[in-house]
Amino acid sequence: MGNLIEIRGVSHAYRTKSGPLPVLKNLNIDIPEGSFCAVVGPSGCGKSTLTRLIAGLMIPDAGEVWLHGERVTSPRKTVGMAFQNPVLLEWRTILDNVLLPLEIVAPTMPRSQKEARARELLAMVGLDGFETRRPSELSGGMRQRASLCRALVHRPDVLILDEPFGALDAFTREDLWQTMHQLRAREPFTALLITHDLRESVYLGDQVVVLSGRPATTQSVMTIDLPGPRPLDMLYQPEQVARLAQLRHEIQIAQGREVA
Amino acid sequence: MDWKKVAVPLAAIALLLALWEGLVWAMGWPDYKMASPSDLWPAYLRYQPLFWLYGWQTLWRTVVGLALAVVFGTALGMVMGLSRVMNDALYPLLVGFNAIPKATVVPVVALMFVGHHDFNTILIALMISFFPIAVSVAIGLGTLEPEYRDILRSLGASRVMVFWKIALPKTLPEFFGALKVAVTLAFIGTNLVEIITPHGRGLGHLFQSAQTNSDFPLMFAVLLALAAMGIVLYYAIVALERVFAGWAIRGAA
Ligand SMILES: Nc1ncnc2c1ncn2[C@@H]1O[C@H](COP(=O)(O)OP(=O)(O)O)[C@@H](O)[C@H]1O
Ligand SMILES: [Mg+2]
Repeated sequence: MGNLIEIRGVSHAYRTKSGPLPVLKNLNIDIPEGSFCAVVGPSGCGKSTLTRLIAGLMIPDAGEVWLHGERVTSPRKTVGMAFQNPVLLEWRTILDNVLLPLEIVAPTMPRSQKEARARELLAMVGLDGFETRRPSELSGGMRQRASLCRALVHRPDVLILDEPFGALDAFTREDLWQTMHQLRAREPFTALLITHDLRESVYLGDQVVVLSGRPATTQSVMTIDLPGPRPLDMLYQPEQVARLAQLRHEIQIAQGREVA
Repeated sequence: MDWKKVAVPLAAIALLLALWEGLVWAMGWPDYKMASPSDLWPAYLRYQPLFWLYGWQTLWRTVVGLALAVVFGTALGMVMGLSRVMNDALYPLLVGFNAIPKATVVPVVALMFVGHHDFNTILIALMISFFPIAVSVAIGLGTLEPEYRDILRSLGASRVMVFWKIALPKTLPEFFGALKVAVTLAFIGTNLVEIITPHGRGLGHLFQSAQTNSDFPLMFAVLLALAAMGIVLYYAIVALERVFAGWAIRGAA
């Protein structure tokens, strides 16, 4: 299988009042179709910027983003996004929140068909029975599950996750990691996950990309060749502990606290 | 339903009226000096047809002025909330305009559009009440978190779509908060014109002619009628808020 996402020599700078702020510099990442790529890097190094470039919300100053062999120059309907803030719409029920992307992407699809799809996803993440609730009635973890359903409802090729579990407590987070593996087993998507949590990156990623400090460039790529669904206690096996230590070391370098 | 919720405010009103009545009686004030509550109902009955005729004139002009303020204020707020440049350009103008005491604008408008009484009144009601609406819509749209925009923009949705599906409904609670202020302001605007410029329309005119005759019972009866109308207008907005932004009210739904 080929690469679904190719990031080729991407550089980007924001224009700020105090001059240009270079955020990404000659970044290269390949993400094979159907695989899960975790990206870690120091805070403020440009990870969210990377997601916006892949989503086509911005165009890089230099370099190219390729998706399915096509150059990304504008948003496309085959992308799903979820953020640390679940940004659910308070005036809609959970079901109607999940339906939102279909209203844009497939306005002519019959309502019954849309609903069936949304209910199928909600059941997959354990939210069956909560369809008619309002977001404010749900816990943080449940809201994030609903947000994942919304990101997947239109069967995107690419799932972009920008620290979606960052605000959750440790146990809820581990539950959602497992949910992620279950979703992967049933939904065909290629994922890019931004995270601060090294354990999360090793548990979920087929590859872990470490970005250097700003301006971010690809500092290292670790491949984790373990076909999914992974048991949670894999994180305590010596091989994975060694990976975590390695990543920890890489992050220290990225933060400029240690020389390579 | 808790009976105390009704009984306590009613008792408070009754007590206040009793104190008022007692004070006028004790001081021996005649009608041309001060009215007492027992004078109000006869005053109303004496002029009953006028109360309804003038009341209707005040009501419809307030409602039309407010409706225009909603249209104009929302449009202005949208322009300011969606464009940074327009916000920077318009905000000082808006603040400056709002700072002008509207009582000084009434004679100006009356001179500019001599004889167009309904138009003048509605114009003042509009001018006095659009400000909170424009500001609340502008702030609501301007402070939309980027993620809300991005979930739709990343699917190729247009700006208009983002506005209809997310930005507009999300600002409804702030909008209704502003509308509650605006309805009171529009009502003040209408009365201001009716009292200041003599054109023989509205409850303000009835108040004005009562004042000319030192008819205190009638003046107070008009005041109470205006208060009643103000309360009705306010709760009409509250009812609309429950329908359109009920989701934002804690414990509701
Ligand atoms: N729209 C913007 N305009 C100017 N600077 C920005 C903008 N968005 C982000 N930045 C800056 O660019 C840097 C990288 O931002 P971001 O990609 O959000 O980092 P990360 O997600 O890795 O924490 C930060 O220093 C941030 O302050
Ligand atoms: Mg970020």
